Amino acid sequence: MISVQSPGAFTTVQDLGRPGYGLVGLSRAGAADPVAIRLGNRLLGNWENTAALEMTLLGGTFQFHHGADVAVTGGACGPAMWKPFRVAPGGILKFGPITGGVRSYLCIRGGIQVPLVGGSASTHMHGALGGLEGRALRKGDVLELGSEEASGVIRSGLRPEVLAALAYRSTLRVTRGPQADRFDAANLARFHSQAYKVSNNSNRLGIRLEGPALSLSDGAEMTTEGVPLGAVQVAAGGHPIILFVDQQTTGGYPKIANVITVDLPSVGQLRPGDEVRFQQVDPSEAQRLILDRETLLRSEEIFL
Amino acid sequence: MTLAETCGCRLLYSSDQSLLLEFREASDRLLLTLDVIRAADLPGLVNLHPAYATILLVFDPVETTHAELAGHLLPLLEHAPKRASHGAIRTVEIPVRYGGTGGPDLDWVAEHHGITPADVVELHSAADYEVRFLGFAPGFAYLSGLPGVLATPRLDSPRTVVPAGSVGIAGTQTGVYPAASPGGWRLIGKTDLRMFDPSRNPMSLLEPGDRVRFIPV
Repeated sequence: MISVQSPGAFTTVQDLGRPGYGLVGLSRAGAADPVAIRLGNRLLGNWENTAALEMTLLGGTFQFHHGADVAVTGGACGPAMWKPFRVAPGGILKFGPITGGVRSYLCIRGGIQVPLVGGSASTHMHGALGGLEGRALRKGDVLELGSEEASGVIRSGLRPEVLAALAYRSTLRVTRGPQADRFDAANLARFHSQAYKVSNNSNRLGIRLEGPALSLSDGAEMTTEGVPLGAVQVAAGGHPIILFVDQQTTGGYPKIANVITVDLPSVGQLRPGDEVRFQQVDPSEAQRLILDRETLLRSEEIFL
Repeated sequence: MTLAETCGCRLLYSSDQSLLLEFREASDRLLLTLDVIRAADLPGLVNLHPAYATILLVFDPVETTHAELAGHLLPLLEHAPKRASHGAIRTVEIPVRYGGTGGPDLDWVAEHHGITPADVVELHSAADYEVRFLGFAPGFAYLSGLPGVLATPRLDSPRTVVPAGSVGIAGTQTGVYPAASPGGWRLIGKTDLRMFDPSRNPMSLLEPGDRVRFIPV
């Protein structure tokens, strides 16, 4: 059991999400940085999909009623990143501001136990479901931990070259969006060359970007259609929005591009005020990167 | 980028883990095709986001590829039924208290159309609706079938809170708010049914293709 002495700025229970409910308008949710949670769990001998705490901007303070092995991954949040350590019974973990990213994951051997909704522990804020009562953690909350019996071996850490290969990017690679042809060459070129600033008004639903507005050749009107994770929509004002993990499943704005899967963890680490750029890649390149990344993540050679 | 075309549908590249099946227009064919895709249990397919005239197919890019998924889809599209068989259609009845505190815009809607509130209730509850898709929020169903005479513009400035269960009209659409949210629809009534309940299986009262009747209570 752990008690929440302070929830930090915004902390939720997350796992790898709840796919399969797009039919009823519910998006997948899950960790904003899925690589960080997968590796945190693997370091502890957990299944990759084990529930952990996703802390945003400012970490929380948690008291452990029993001893536990934990690993902190994602944006830097204290000295002991990406390597398991032991918390003594009654021990308190206090996290500060998150740097080098915006989200850190507190993974615990055995995982966080909450009632599953649609097979997942992840909190969906827009749908107010999953996690702990469908909401962010509050001071005084108590979380149950799972059994350690089924867990595998605990690793001592990750090879530095693996962390280097997974470094967060400020240039996001994108494939061409289904409505890219609604933008003329000058606007497409501008989208791929200028820097955007991440708006304060960004969250798990979407990352809003500020910068010189784009204009559409024939207006922003289109029939609502199904939209994927990482789609870069350009709303009527001409500013791009990256649809993110708690996204709406359908949208009615033209999509100029789509962030490639391997760069989605970097989207999850964008902090308000950060600068981002977009770089177009071919679908075949995006696919190759996915397979390379997956080979790396599944390898046993990544551990020290 | 078009990946394939068949029977008046196109398969478009949407992202490195999704493709978009696009129909020429919103039609029952989309709903029938959706049923066929759901029943086929395609390898690597993890999610479906249907809309008016499109179905987004999200897949696990480690398990399958655009080309492989398209290869499975094309024969399904060619053989999908063009018409629904009668037994398969489900009708969901939604009891509604029209007017009063739950339907504060009923009188305004009536006046706007030069009819009585009772006429609005009669017209709204006599029509057969169909769920085209769900989106905007979990459990929010886009319904077709609102009688043209009830088409009503949205509020000039949206309400900051619309209670869950509110039944509203916006333009040519009608629908039920599954959860409290801001909203600009004209509210004509309220239902006590929970449109979306995460602790229930299924979570959503409505699915694409369901027929809907509003029953005045």
